[in-house]
Amino acid sequence: MSEVRNPVEPFLRMDRMPHIWCPGCGIGTTVNCFTRALIESKVDLDHVTIVSGIGCTGRVAGYVKLDSFHTTHGRAIPFATGLKLANPKLNVIVYSGDGDLSAIGGNHLIHAARRNIDLKIVCVNNLIYAMTGGQTAPTTPNDAVTSTAPYGSYEPAFNLPHLVEAAGAVYVARWTTYHVRQLARSMQEAFAKKGFSFIEVLSPCPTLYQRRNKLGDGLETMKYYKEKSKVRNGAPTSEVGLTMQGEIIVGKFVDRDRPDYRELMRHRLAETLGDRYVECEELVCS
Amino acid sequence: MHADPRGVLTGVHFLDGDHACCEGALTAGARFASGYPITPSTEVVERFAARVPTLGGIFIQMEDELAASIALQGAVWGGAKAFTVTSGPGFSLMMEHIGYAAMTETPCVFVNVQRGGPSTGLPTLPAQADMMQARWGSHGDYGIIALCPNSPQECFDLTIQAFNFAEQFRVPVMLMMDEVVGHMTEKVVIPPAEQIEIFPRRHTSKPPADYLPYETNGDMVPEMAHAGEGYKFHITGLTHDERGYPVMTVPAQDKLVRRLQQKIERAADEIALYEEEKVDDAEVVVVSYGITSRVAQRAIELARAQGRRVGKFRLITAWPFPEHRIRQLAQRTKAFVVPELNLGQMVREVERLAGGLSRVLPVSHAGGGVHRPEDILQAILEAAS
Ligand SMILES: Cc1ncc(C[n+]2csc(CCOP(=O)(O)OP(=O)(O)O)c2C)c(N)n1
Ligand code: SF4
Ligand SMILES: [Mg+2]
Repeated sequence: MSEVRNPVEPFLRMDRMPHIWCPGCGIGTTVNCFTRALIESKVDLDHVTIVSGIGCTGRVAGYVKLDSFHTTHGRAIPFATGLKLANPKLNVIVYSGDGDLSAIGGNHLIHAARRNIDLKIVCVNNLIYAMTGGQTAPTTPNDAVTSTAPYGSYEPAFNLPHLVEAAGAVYVARWTTYHVRQLARSMQEAFAKKGFSFIEVLSPCPTLYQRRNKLGDGLETMKYYKEKSKVRNGAPTSEVGLTMQGEIIVGKFVDRDRPDYRELMRHRLAETLGDRYVECEELVCS
Repeated sequence: MHADPRGVLTGVHFLDGDHACCEGALTAGARFASGYPITPSTEVVERFAARVPTLGGIFIQMEDELAASIALQGAVWGGAKAFTVTSGPGFSLMMEHIGYAAMTETPCVFVNVQRGGPSTGLPTLPAQADMMQARWGSHGDYGIIALCPNSPQECFDLTIQAFNFAEQFRVPVMLMMDEVVGHMTEKVVIPPAEQIEIFPRRHTSKPPADYLPYETNGDMVPEMAHAGEGYKFHITGLTHDERGYPVMTVPAQDKLVRRLQQKIERAADEIALYEEEKVDDAEVVVVSYGITSRVAQRAIELARAQGRRVGKFRLITAWPFPEHRIRQLAQRTKAFVVPELNLGQMVREVERLAGGLSRVLPVSHAGGGVHRPEDILQAILEAAS
């Protein structure tokens, strides 16, 4: 009799299980969607590489069975930039947290979007710095209590889809961990899209965000996502900012085309250098 | 293996140190550089940006030095030979990624054209005050290699050497230039490609099923695979085991960190390059490096003209420090004189190794110019008295 196995298992490093994530955490759900997107998009897994920064979400790179890089805090995008430029055949996914990507790594986020580097960013937004114990992030909504905002946060928060659209991203979507099918489909679309793609996934951190704010557990958060999410594909990103326990606009907001960094580089250098330009496919040294 | 002739500008040139460094990188096979402009180092990447598109490579100007110092490592794991170039403030920003390269054993080169510090300091003027930072600047224990050229010719030669050491030992190698060496123009001879030895990447020959990213053999240096080749390996800056998987235990930490340091220390005699002159019967040995070695040369000649037996010891490799040789010299030398463009950095190594057997006289200089030969001469005469 053959064993019943979870279809995502072949995509995971089973020798690293159990993972470190808490019960009710949403990160594992996003990984499930990611593996489903890989299965359905039928991409050659030898050419998919995943790069993470540091954080609970940053641990994703360590659990998926792909060439995987766990880099430094905030620097997944510039690492991925070098990797992608050296080997354009790779489909490079950056998988990291809201704090990693938009605080310490915020500068890299906007510049990679501006350059339109062909990277697919999955940003797991739990509205907090989880790994370090629940401190305020640039995404923490007003009024939320964090370990470093014990009286409630009063800093304005980033609206990430708006930020990356303004910086130049060609594909921008937002889902929650309640929207597993839509999320997997967006990931698939991003894999196939050329250019800087950004998917924000709202995800519960029951241990640090929900609990400290008396918002119940992971399940309670799913109910909130279900009740308060509104699908508005194509919504102007200026209108999708988040508030504490408020409405969540989800959907695909941006899907546009402009030449990516490599194309711009090739075009400029070929035009200026003519025959002297030697195009590189892969920078493999011997 | 020999250099790829396409990158080699064989011939006799008149180049400054920065430009010679760029040619060294191209000769060594570097086809990727990520940088952020900073005086007095920018000329290296300016030349690279002009040259490399004709050689099938890429230069990218990143948004800061944090990005520059990690983008190149992404490129290395994608298969390239890569480097970055900076000076004081940028070097400070790169420290976390020197640690990342040391921990993940990413072969790469960091060029630092040293200027006066601390902070913004003297942007256009020389110093040699980042020597300890090069060795110890990132947190934790690890080994690195640092080389210090004293001429444009050596900027060329030692850049190739830096890439070769990086590949051989899988470490970040620092090329510690200074503003004067970077900006002085001299003759640079670039030999034919077939006369230039290149250390190839230690690429694994194992099939994916048998490959462990951090398994090592006798020389303590693991073999590499590149992304996209089917190995599906994991690389992390966390303490890890041979599989590259994080392991948060005392034994795993001990095993890994000791190896990272020992793979360099055990090969120190091979890596520690130096130049000597008349040290065998010297009463005083002048230890210097970089631009200071050229001023010291003048002082040594002046002292010899006065009948002093003065030896010259020039560090070509700063780290690992040539411990054995300095210990040997300390047995028979009355004193060491150590001029450097800082308030006393490498002199600490000499003091430590002299172990009280010989006197050690620093000749410090806060940077912004070079020593006056007379000041070094005076220290030599004092040491000899
Ligand atoms: C340079 C540096 N600064 C600080 C830290 C500590 N740190 C680790 S993870 C983290 C925050 C992660 O937050 P986020 O990216 O939102 O990930 P999450 O844990 O929420 O998934 C911080 C501040 C670090 N590892 N490196
Ligand atoms: S702390 Fe929060 S984000 Fe981290 S694993 Fe636990 S629930 Fe998930
Ligand atoms: Mg977070």
